[in-house]
Amino acid sequence: MQGSVPLIFEKGAPGRRAYELPELDVDERPVEELIPAELLRREPPALPEVSEPEAVRHFIALSRRNYGVDVGFYPLGSCTMKYNPKINELAASLPGFAHIHPYQPEETVQGALELMYTLEQYLCEIAGMSRATLQPAAGAHGELLGLMIMKAYHESRGEGHRVEIIVPDSAHGTNPASAAMCGYKVVQVRSNERGSVDVEELRRLVGPNTAGLMLTNPNTLGLFEEDILEVAQIVHDAGGLLYYDGANANAILGRCRPGDMGFDIVHFNLHKTFSTPHGGGGPGAGPIAVREDLVPFLPVPMVEKDGDRYYLDYDRPHAVGRIKAFYGNFGVLVRAYTYIRRLGAEGLRAVSEQAVINANYLMTRLAEYYELPYKRRCMHEFVLSGVRQKKHGVRTLDIAKRLLDFGVHAPTVYFPLIVDEAIMIEPTETESKETLDEFVEIMIRIAREAEENPDVVRTAPHNTPVKRLDEARAARHPVLCWCPPVPAENAGGQ
Amino acid sequence: MAYSPMTEADKQAMLSVIGVQSADELFADIPESIRLQRPLNLPKGMAEAEVRRHLEALAARNADVTRYTCFLGAGAYEHLIPAALGPLVSRSEFYTSYTPYQPEITQGVLQATYEYQTHIAQLTGMDMANASIYDGATALAEACLVACAHTGREKVLVPTTVHPEYRQVVHTYLRHQRLQVVEVPYDQGATDLERLAALLDDQTAGVVVQQPNFFGVLEDPRAFARLAEKHGALLIACTTDPLTLGLLEPPGAYGAHIAVGEGQPLGSPLSFGGPYLGFFAARDELVRRIPGRIVGATVDRDGNTGYVLTLQTREQHIRRERATSNICTNQALNALTAAVYLTLLGKQGVRDVAYQCLQKAHYAYRRITSLPGFAPAWERPFFHEFVVRTTADPEELTRRLLDYQIIGGLPLGRFYPELADCILFCVTEARTKEEIDRLAAVLEGLT
Repeated sequence: MQGSVPLIFEKGAPGRRAYELPELDVDERPVEELIPAELLRREPPALPEVSEPEAVRHFIALSRRNYGVDVGFYPLGSCTMKYNPKINELAASLPGFAHIHPYQPEETVQGALELMYTLEQYLCEIAGMSRATLQPAAGAHGELLGLMIMKAYHESRGEGHRVEIIVPDSAHGTNPASAAMCGYKVVQVRSNERGSVDVEELRRLVGPNTAGLMLTNPNTLGLFEEDILEVAQIVHDAGGLLYYDGANANAILGRCRPGDMGFDIVHFNLHKTFSTPHGGGGPGAGPIAVREDLVPFLPVPMVEKDGDRYYLDYDRPHAVGRIKAFYGNFGVLVRAYTYIRRLGAEGLRAVSEQAVINANYLMTRLAEYYELPYKRRCMHEFVLSGVRQKKHGVRTLDIAKRLLDFGVHAPTVYFPLIVDEAIMIEPTETESKETLDEFVEIMIRIAREAEENPDVVRTAPHNTPVKRLDEARAARHPVLCWCPPVPAENAGGQ
Repeated sequence: MAYSPMTEADKQAMLSVIGVQSADELFADIPESIRLQRPLNLPKGMAEAEVRRHLEALAARNADVTRYTCFLGAGAYEHLIPAALGPLVSRSEFYTSYTPYQPEITQGVLQATYEYQTHIAQLTGMDMANASIYDGATALAEACLVACAHTGREKVLVPTTVHPEYRQVVHTYLRHQRLQVVEVPYDQGATDLERLAALLDDQTAGVVVQQPNFFGVLEDPRAFARLAEKHGALLIACTTDPLTLGLLEPPGAYGAHIAVGEGQPLGSPLSFGGPYLGFFAARDELVRRIPGRIVGATVDRDGNTGYVLTLQTREQHIRRERATSNICTNQALNALTAAVYLTLLGKQGVRDVAYQCLQKAHYAYRRITSLPGFAPAWERPFFHEFVVRTTADPEELTRRLLDYQIIGGLPLGRFYPELADCILFCVTEARTKEEIDRLAAVLEGLT
């Protein structure tokens, strides 16, 4: 398993193939008769020439060099790497969901539209909001749409001069990036010594130019913004709107709702909170839910119901437009819907409770060995600092790499930016006490190694398919794809 | 709860280590007034078997293309999918992993993504590709933003022969950065090049060409390239079906600076419009402006080749509001799917698919346009989609085809009011002669 696997392009031999089409059964015409010669491809693309068994072994070999939740513990803070129930996959692969075309007549997709309509209602109930769109393909895509809605709202009231979005210094990087992409100016608000938004500074920052505040609650330190009602009051009094970054919604299901806290626009990361697999970095889904007076700005189309019939409504004169072709990542929506139906209200509340217990348990046990910068009860995740280990020349990155040697995924590191040598841990509700105890033992062992044998940590990982990779080199000399070898007779030519 | 291992005994033991009496104490930071005092108004949870029955019943209310014969394209395509693809992309080591932040234990998805980037670069004839974007429409919008940033100009030209929903997304994205989108009309199914030439000026950042265009018609991309070059604008090539590149000249060869499109046809199911994947390829000179994730090759401590996410200084977790885009995830699983699909099809297979699409679509075109009541909308070379004019009501015709288990083409009136008597048909390699003949026979009976 150690060492490199050749690229698929480096395998096989000319003429080999892994798949053949049925023989063409219609009358043929010469291609040149159908397509003008100058539009035809001259050189075929240098794609692989391998047999089916070669292709299968190649990708199975790659899969064995990959770490997923089904392989082991994945305490990646803010990413909510919970176990993904297998029934979700089965549901999404039903032919009636997987093999329908987005432009089929509405009467042939009533089941799909009903699922979307109902999922929208569930998300609104969980968020405490009026209506939602399922269109965004990811959380950051939802943020962008949420801010477009915010902008459309202010403009509709003749307040287009509101050009500033306030973002805490602990925020996800996507918040300021989304704001900039939506044409907003970003203003940063400090966190106080308890890890919450500094209310006094917020009061100074808001004003007639404030469009809104983007907030994650619980925030990226895993702490509940205890002054949330005051924060909402300050932003609303200034004429701004409050945006809920739903990355951490797993902590509050059935306990409290963003709408009741004063948020006006909410996104959910369905792939996190509602257990749809992350697929190695996507696809996700980032629906946006809004309060009543923002509903007109939701994008086209919306799923509506007329008696027993579901239909797509494109007639929305105030809509911000469209941010994606078709209706959203439907396959992801099916999985999230399946999960919500499976758990129901009680199950979702249990999710949050157990996620929070697991996180507090881990935090309590690890606080003895690693610096805990904010000494409060955490919600579903918490942030440690590696400053004690740094004194021995061991950085947080080294600790993360050393964890890989013990067969667990590393936590999120160096985020949030306001914690020195940050280590952000999110166990989720699907991990057992035994797994958490094993993780604690590994973390204690690494803390001890950092004092007694720092080199073993600094040079980690040792037991992985490849050793620590030179990321600086990759960025300085970008090699972004394989190139076919130049035939000998052409070498040096041209 | 079946997905959580926590027993009552575990819970008590953990609460006691934490030092609290009850779980409720852990939620003490939530102000009393906003704590939800009632259960969420959701249906009661169901056992797995009940959920399964419920979803099977919902799915059964949809007419899927395994039971119906589909002649719809318009940005979503039914192609044959090799049997080996499913078992490979459903390996849970792939689909239950996250963004590969720890490359040493995620070489699988990183190498597969690197191979995907290579496949896309090869197919499009461009220097490099990113690790994918949400879908074809958002890829096109991001490409327009790149063109504006790179040239420092504020206008892009988008022909009305570009997919209507892609155009809507471009409008939405550019409007919020105060950039201008100007649409170029079509003439006889292809972009009106005279109008294009007249609209191009030294303030134009980019010119878009969709090849084949939304009507399936082949545009003359070299003419676009010449005009764009004259004014220093970037040429952005877009396709909704990259399999056409098995036969068609790739964007890199006709001078495109950026090539984007929809990767769904490369092995992803129709799935009611998503999840799909946008591919994004470009010339080397644009590499530091490209949005989204990119995988690069490097070496480890021992000199072994390995792969990492690279050029991350462009990204929002480092540059925050100065990032080149806000995209945080890609469509990794769909990109893996595309890599596996292109591997299985290989050099010859991709050409074969394109060839059969072309031949079958032209056969269908000859059959349908020879029927009374149907005529070609225009005489232009096309690939695997074509527009016919009909004396029947297209909406009504489409509804009646359902009685014969046929999902007909797309009535164009919803996007082009002037084409209210037209239908856009698509024929891929997945259709058989028998199915095409049956469509023709039913159409003949209905008009």
